[in-house]
Amino acid sequence: MGETPHRSADAGTGGTRVTQSHEWPAGASARVAEAPVSTRTPGGTGLGGGGALPRSRRFGAERAFRGLTLAAGTAVLVIIAAIAIFLVVKAVPALRANTENFWSYEGWSPNETQPKFGIGALAFGTVLSSALALLMAVPVALGIALYLSHYAPRRLGTTLGFLVDLLAAVPSVVFGLWGRDVFSSPVRDFSVWLNQHFGWIPLFGGDGPFGASVMLGALVLAIMVLPIITSLSREVFLQTPTANEEAALALGATRWEMLRTAVLPYGRPGIIAAMMLGLGRALGETIALALTLGITFGISFNLIQNGGNTIAANIANAFGEANATGRGALIASGLVLFAITLIVNITARAIIYRRREFTESAA
Amino acid sequence: MAKRVSATNVTAYYGGFKAIENINLTVEPKTVTALIGPSGCGKSTFLRSINRMHEVLPGARVEGSLTIDDQDIYDRDVDVTAVRRTIGMVFQRPNPFPTMSIFENVVAGLKLNGVRKKSILEDAAEKALRAANLWGEVKDRLGKPGAGLSGGQQQRLCIARTIAVEPQVVLMDEPCSALDPISTLAIEDLMFQLKDKFTIIIVTHNMQQAARVSDRTAFFSIEKTGDPGRLIEYDNTQKIFSNPSVKKTEDYITGRFG
Repeated sequence: MGETPHRSADAGTGGTRVTQSHEWPAGASARVAEAPVSTRTPGGTGLGGGGALPRSRRFGAERAFRGLTLAAGTAVLVIIAAIAIFLVVKAVPALRANTENFWSYEGWSPNETQPKFGIGALAFGTVLSSALALLMAVPVALGIALYLSHYAPRRLGTTLGFLVDLLAAVPSVVFGLWGRDVFSSPVRDFSVWLNQHFGWIPLFGGDGPFGASVMLGALVLAIMVLPIITSLSREVFLQTPTANEEAALALGATRWEMLRTAVLPYGRPGIIAAMMLGLGRALGETIALALTLGITFGISFNLIQNGGNTIAANIANAFGEANATGRGALIASGLVLFAITLIVNITARAIIYRRREFTESAA
Repeated sequence: MAKRVSATNVTAYYGGFKAIENINLTVEPKTVTALIGPSGCGKSTFLRSINRMHEVLPGARVEGSLTIDDQDIYDRDVDVTAVRRTIGMVFQRPNPFPTMSIFENVVAGLKLNGVRKKSILEDAAEKALRAANLWGEVKDRLGKPGAGLSGGQQQRLCIARTIAVEPQVVLMDEPCSALDPISTLAIEDLMFQLKDKFTIIIVTHNMQQAARVSDRTAFFSIEKTGDPGRLIEYDNTQKIFSNPSVKKTEDYITGRFG
């Protein structure tokens, strides 16, 4: 880094005093530096510099760019703070008006004169459907990603990878409608079969009706998060250093053993990040679940009976008819969703951070 | 623990490009053989065909016959993973598995072969690390990442990982080219010790190194860019460096070309 210019002490604070250090390129003459329109034409002395060293320019592209990035960085904080304040301000009056316990009440009628609403069932449904979706999507996505990155011929891999990415561009309402109108009937048949043969497991118990269930919602969600997880993990797998793959092969590893020894461990932080992004999408998914779930307000582990609800789906369903308290209640539920997402992300960071010693030296 | 390697009319391709042609050479057990020659002459390609790593690249293939103690490693019935276990390889750049600790790196090959018992793995790791002259430096931090070691230590770790599975032959593809002179010396010393147990074949760009470490030297060359590499001369190292029989070899070792 020998040729980078020294940063002057007051550059960061926007100070305008003359600085001691000189900036690159050193060839620009002093006159050019002080001219209102700064051009880079070297003044006779040549780029190598002859004569006196030029003074540093006070307003250059360097400083302008620095300001631009600073503004962009600050904007993120401002926006997040604004959203948080908005949510809290809107939510607090509704929470005050609530006549039941917000955490434990199973129901949602905030528009009554005696508002009653509780987040428990919604939060439970959100986490349950997302977790199920992830459980189904991750193995499939990793399988696809490994195939695309390490088994498929390169051209086929690229084409299929492109198709998977296209899947991510399908609007969620299309998935929702497809889930409700097409996918629900095979899921119903499968649910009935599960209920007949495995009804003794509480997950598959109940006596119907089946179909518009957590299982249908989770399956549709799984298909929706599949492309994100697949395409991110594929990128990570492709980045595995060839040297590591060859090291494994040279030790006598089969292809699968090579993947297990070199590729999967190397991609672990990336896989976790991909899962978290997928989970983020699943947690926040609105319309697909509003269309496929049975919409009930109760905490139940039953996966196949009509029912289930999530925070986001409930907002979509209830916002239209909500009065002021109703909207406040929905915003409060949004805050809870925000908190859930935050916890998920922090957990993921913690998992990645725990092995940082290994992942950092890998970089 | 060491086997004879014989190549008969070995020709290797990258897709349509013929990289080496009709290489014939026999490497005796428990010797160090150096492969030298200008860049692009196919010495690394030849080295990689000895443990069937050449064919890992798409479109790459090998013709001719390569045997270790009279067993053809390119035989249709031979398990390629068994070949690579028998003929270990150390690469140009140190490539420890970045996600594994020093210990895990050393025993990675054993684990691939289904060894699970902790005591066996620990014994094998210590043995391999001692053989690679690394034990003293790492014995107190076996749980630390292998990638955290210095370049020379990493390369010795890779050698330990290779010899931990007790191969018959060890191939080294310019093992010191990414290392400083002191680490290079450590690896060269190590080669002297290792040849008591293994057949060693080393590709090197450094002719002093070839002269120092090897018993026999094979000189590869190409006519011009795009031509396949050929074996020009193969003889005792002393003879190659003092009195080579081919003019081209002499030109190369005296620095007149390449």
